Amino acid sequence: MSLLEIKNATLKFGGVVAVNDLSFSVEEGEVYAIVGPNGAGKSTAFNLISRFYEPFAGTFTFDGNNLLDREADQVADLGIARTFQNIELFEHATVLQNLLVGRHRHRKTTLLEEMFFTPRVRREEERHREAVEEVIDFLDLQPYRNKMIAGLPYGVRKVVELGRALASKPRLLLLDEPASGLSVEETQDMRWWIDDIRKQMGITVLMVEHDMGLVSGVSDRVLALADGAKLAEGTPAEVQANPAVIEAYLGAGAV
Amino acid sequence: MRIHFKTSYAHDIRLFPDRWTLSIYGSLLVLAFALPYLLDEFFLGEVTNVLIWAIAGLGLMLLTGQTGQASLGHAAFLAIGCYANTILIEQGVPFIIAFPLAGILTGLIGVIIAIPVLRLHGIYLAIATIALSVLADDIIVLTEHWSGGVSGKFPEMITIFGFEIERWSMPSRFYYLVLVVTIICTLFYRNLLRSPLGRAFAAVRDSEVSATAMGVHIARTKGKAFGLSCMITGWAGALMGYYAGTFNNETFSLVISITLLMMIVIGGLGSIHGAFFGAVVVAFLPQALSILKDNVVGSGVAIPGLETGVFGMILILFILFEPMGIYGRWLKIRTWFELFPFARKDMFRRQKSYLKTERLR
Ligand SMILES: Nc1ncnc2c1ncn2[C@@H]1O[C@H](COP(=O)(O)OP(=O)(O)OP(=O)(O)O)[C@@H](O)[C@H]1O
Ligand SMILES: [Mg+2]
Repeated sequence: MSLLEIKNATLKFGGVVAVNDLSFSVEEGEVYAIVGPNGAGKSTAFNLISRFYEPFAGTFTFDGNNLLDREADQVADLGIARTFQNIELFEHATVLQNLLVGRHRHRKTTLLEEMFFTPRVRREEERHREAVEEVIDFLDLQPYRNKMIAGLPYGVRKVVELGRALASKPRLLLLDEPASGLSVEETQDMRWWIDDIRKQMGITVLMVEHDMGLVSGVSDRVLALADGAKLAEGTPAEVQANPAVIEAYLGAGAV
Repeated sequence: MRIHFKTSYAHDIRLFPDRWTLSIYGSLLVLAFALPYLLDEFFLGEVTNVLIWAIAGLGLMLLTGQTGQASLGHAAFLAIGCYANTILIEQGVPFIIAFPLAGILTGLIGVIIAIPVLRLHGIYLAIATIALSVLADDIIVLTEHWSGGVSGKFPEMITIFGFEIERWSMPSRFYYLVLVVTIICTLFYRNLLRSPLGRAFAAVRDSEVSATAMGVHIARTKGKAFGLSCMITGWAGALMGYYAGTFNNETFSLVISITLLMMIVIGGLGSIHGAFFGAVVVAFLPQALSILKDNVVGSGVAIPGLETGVFGMILILFILFEPMGIYGRWLKIRTWFELFPFARKDMFRRQKSYLKTERLR
């Protein structure tokens, strides 16, 4: 059974069909990439998985759980973490605090315990901190640990957001354009990290990305979307060679 | 220059990051406890007033500064705390139980009110909470039987296991009571900030979308923030009742709500220091102004609206030139000294922020 299985998903915004009868499944342990021109419905597909939008039709199954039974805030508890295309960090908090929010789904203490900061809260805090420090080491975020997000450059924010998702120790990581706006070197780093996330941490990755170099470098399978519907699916090479994909990207007559 | 060497994660979890901070706050505490021996009764009363406002400020700060939900209705919760405490004591509940209970009751009522109100955002939320302030006045008049209505109420003398505390005849005892409540509220606040709930508050404030994606339940978190905020505010209200000596439907008016909100903005949103700095301004400004006025135009002349006008001016100046409030200014000055002579002019300038074009909602 696949880790994530989406069948016949459809979502419309007024007259716009953002996702059109889309089906795909992501296997445990793979890196699965979604590509497609702007407005193809890639981010919308992510938002459906995150339960931000209610689909018109379709089934969403994650590890045997029906995602449609869950509210948006319960998706994280299943072990799904994500980043956003336009970086959604907690601006007026430090990098460390941002990463610690990633640990939210692992919290065990109650309001009353936290008000009195009981020894159990302290122990838990240290445990969370250890987990977060592992992420900081992994992503080389040491110099920024106590810096406010509001003052950080774009490239670092992108990494912090990845870190926050990793801090929650997810089973499935959704990355919405992890390399957009990054320099060549930063994109290279991102590529190694995605590789290591899959190989060392055993986390399944579902990502949306425009950079075909990155996509063919890290992903096992690629799904090409256009106008919310599936255009092609297969290995990076297969999808890149697919005439329908080339046409969607370059327009009719380019082939 | 001061350098922190951290050797364990506990360093960042502790109440005070290092010996230096510990000794500063330690001395401050010693000073606070020695104050009745250093000040005369008038000034001790003023300091007590500052502390009560600071407690109320902490209450609103938790909601507005920490969780990002503005409220112009917090005078209503001051009133609930004050009336609940007084009525409970009139019913024979001892102060030591009635007082904490008054805060908890205020918190619970806050949660009930929060459920519909916190669905609103920003300015709409502020407008809805104004209604609370207005409504509180009417409800007090309508429930005259319990509340004393327009003629008001006089809180009874506080007795804790036979030990009597009264604001006018024993100002230093009352001061100590207020000080202890201040310390407890500050500790609660600090503890929340360094635990998961405090971070969830900040997450809700800065990005509801990604807070949700990390598993934070937005409505529940806001409800908790509102409840805790109202609880602390309720305690401040009960103390205000004792401080004023008498109160009625007009004591906790919309003006108090507005003052409270201005106070935390001037003090510095999102910090404990801000609540205290703001309280100093709010409590001493009227005094300073009247002294100034007496010297400039003579004591016989009344200038209506002077206080409100000056207060508004200060608020506008802060929003224009120091949005981080007095605490922000204080941080800059402190950093300048700590780094001397390496401080740079642009050290606190924010980087260009990035457009959030695709915000959900
Ligand atoms: N909240 C919304 N309300 C209305 N229409 C929307 C909304 N979100 C997306 N759309 C529309 O749905 C379509 C798909 O948008 P989506 O953001 O999923 O595209 P995308 O594939 O992520 O594109 P990009 O590469 O630009 O990020 C677009 O036509 C977009 O205008
Ligand atoms: Mg997108």
